[in-house]
Amino acid sequence: MKKLIAWFDERIPMTKTWNIHLAQYPAPKNFNFWYLFGVLAMLVLVNQILTGIWLTMNYVPSAEGAFASVEYIMRDIDYGWLLRYMHSTGASAFFVVVYLHMFRGMMYGSYQKPRELLWVFGMLIFLVLMAEAFMGYLLPWGQMSYWGAQVIISLFGAIPIIGDDLTLWIRGDYVISGATLNRFFALHVIALPLVLVILVFLHIIALHEVGSNNPEGISIKKPKGSVPEEEKPKFKFHERFTNKYDIVDAFPFFPYYVVKDLVGIGIFLFLFCYVIFFAPAMGGLFLEPPNFEPANPLKTPQHIAPVWYFTPFYAILRAVPDKLLGVILMFGAIVALFLLPWIDRGKVRSIRYRCGFHKVNLTLFVISFIALGYLGLKPATEVYTFFARVFTFLYFAFFVLLFFYSKNENTKPVPERITK
Amino acid sequence: MKQFLKTTLLVAATLWSVASFAADPTVPLDEAKVDLHDKASLQRGAQLFMNYCLGCHSMEYQRYKRTFNDLGIPEDLGEANLQFTGEKVGDLITNAMPSEAAGAWFGTAAPDLTLVARVRGADWIYTYLRSFYVDESRPFGVNNTVFPNVGMPHVLQELQGVPRKTTEERMIDGEMQDVYVGIKTDGSGMLSESEYDQAMLDLTNFLVYTGEPMLLEQRQLGWKVFGFLLVFTILAWLLKREFFRDVKEK
Repeated sequence: MKKLIAWFDERIPMTKTWNIHLAQYPAPKNFNFWYLFGVLAMLVLVNQILTGIWLTMNYVPSAEGAFASVEYIMRDIDYGWLLRYMHSTGASAFFVVVYLHMFRGMMYGSYQKPRELLWVFGMLIFLVLMAEAFMGYLLPWGQMSYWGAQVIISLFGAIPIIGDDLTLWIRGDYVISGATLNRFFALHVIALPLVLVILVFLHIIALHEVGSNNPEGISIKKPKGSVPEEEKPKFKFHERFTNKYDIVDAFPFFPYYVVKDLVGIGIFLFLFCYVIFFAPAMGGLFLEPPNFEPANPLKTPQHIAPVWYFTPFYAILRAVPDKLLGVILMFGAIVALFLLPWIDRGKVRSIRYRCGFHKVNLTLFVISFIALGYLGLKPATEVYTFFARVFTFLYFAFFVLLFFYSKNENTKPVPERITK
Repeated sequence: MKQFLKTTLLVAATLWSVASFAADPTVPLDEAKVDLHDKASLQRGAQLFMNYCLGCHSMEYQRYKRTFNDLGIPEDLGEANLQFTGEKVGDLITNAMPSEAAGAWFGTAAPDLTLVARVRGADWIYTYLRSFYVDESRPFGVNNTVFPNVGMPHVLQELQGVPRKTTEERMIDGEMQDVYVGIKTDGSGMLSESEYDQAMLDLTNFLVYTGEPMLLEQRQLGWKVFGFLLVFTILAWLLKREFFRDVKEK
């Protein structure tokens, strides 16, 4: 065995990579519940790729055959229903864990210097994930697949001058049709997953370059020689990390956080499997009832709502009376998140040591996001539209206020070391 | 921080519980107490479907063979008594009416019913089937309170009899007024009112089954997976505790 490993190590950096990224990677010792969602996102990504491959084996990407082939998978393939529900539940689970993962980053300032690029890679993952989910949702070719895609693609028509040609180019037809389905299929199963995996790789490389943040928001890297020998952790960290710094309050990611994450994964799988086996439609949230009816270009459903993970942005879109401005604001809501590392000019990362106003501001942001998500599911009545406007205002107010108060913020003293 | 989390979770939970995603029905729906374990009810439902519905409505994603096996009907018996379309027992439950012709005859194609329970819900189907009433202004002489101006005739009239919207004279605020009391049959049908309700429940039950024929298998497997996850999580927790001993010591 040793000889075999040596044989490989002479030809490829196998042991070195393992050590740098897992066995000798210093992870802060105070990771809490919120630090689970990165691992869970990876788990769900693997689930989506594996179940997706097997679904592709029986799925028929054509307007005539798509809907029937999904029902064929559900009824005639052994455990086909399981594959399909794992994939459809996985799509929603992906957004649940990614939203919580992003919220963790916002709470503990994980986007601040030197982790700006890490955050931008994460946001790119989020963006590609949205495109991936949107295109995947067309594939079952149900009523909501069809009309949801119709509504979203028509948004591009609001862009002046090139709008109409652009929507035509995206659809490949004057309406959503088999041509659209086939190109969405190609993008959904090959192009976007490939980009997604590459971005996830870059996200992790960037993370391991700058090191993990933690709930205290303080660095575990101290100037070389500043830490007495007895205060250093008794673990071996890779020289890549210890060359320039003394590492404190950390232990290796493998095996410690791996076994800890296993417990979290077990608990997550309970929830995940509950949905798969006992509530795959999740009361119409994960699989919408109209989507069990084949797409019919001549019959518009009474009420078109995108799947829940898009509804916060959809609510922002509808809150604005002008279509173009609505589209701009909707994309602006995502762009604002991209720019967060530069909007937040604070020097203190963790919410624990930031000013009280920041806590209120972030709470209002979370409430606005959830409320917009709820409103996006509902028909746009007068009352709902009023509230959508209020929460859209609060959503953007978070960024504007943050930009101003973070410059000279009244923060609490930040400890030197992680004490827990 | 704790307080912050609590507030956030509370708001999320409240919004979640307020959210109701069912379509708003114009009339209150009766609860359909469907039971997928009741094979006799499912068999009676299948019989009603094959005899009364399949003339116009197909069930094109479901197979005869699967249906017979799941419902405990011997295949030869099913083939002889319940299979009016298709050649082999492994065929899909299609029907002979072309949808273009249906468009011409009824104004719209008769929808496939395989997944109707997943689109509309069991309560809707159960109430709909019991909500036809005589309305001479309609082409087929009947209308439906759940699905106003429905395009289909009341196919089950020979079972239910002639249903009419009925009013009763009642004393309200010192005046006699006609009050709508629901749809009542004239009793000319083959079934009594309660028998008809039971028959419609059977039919609803069958449609719920065809919407998700894997449902019972799915739940059964779910419990096994839970059992596995329980063992897995406990072992993972023990492993974690063991490893974290040396983190604490050092």
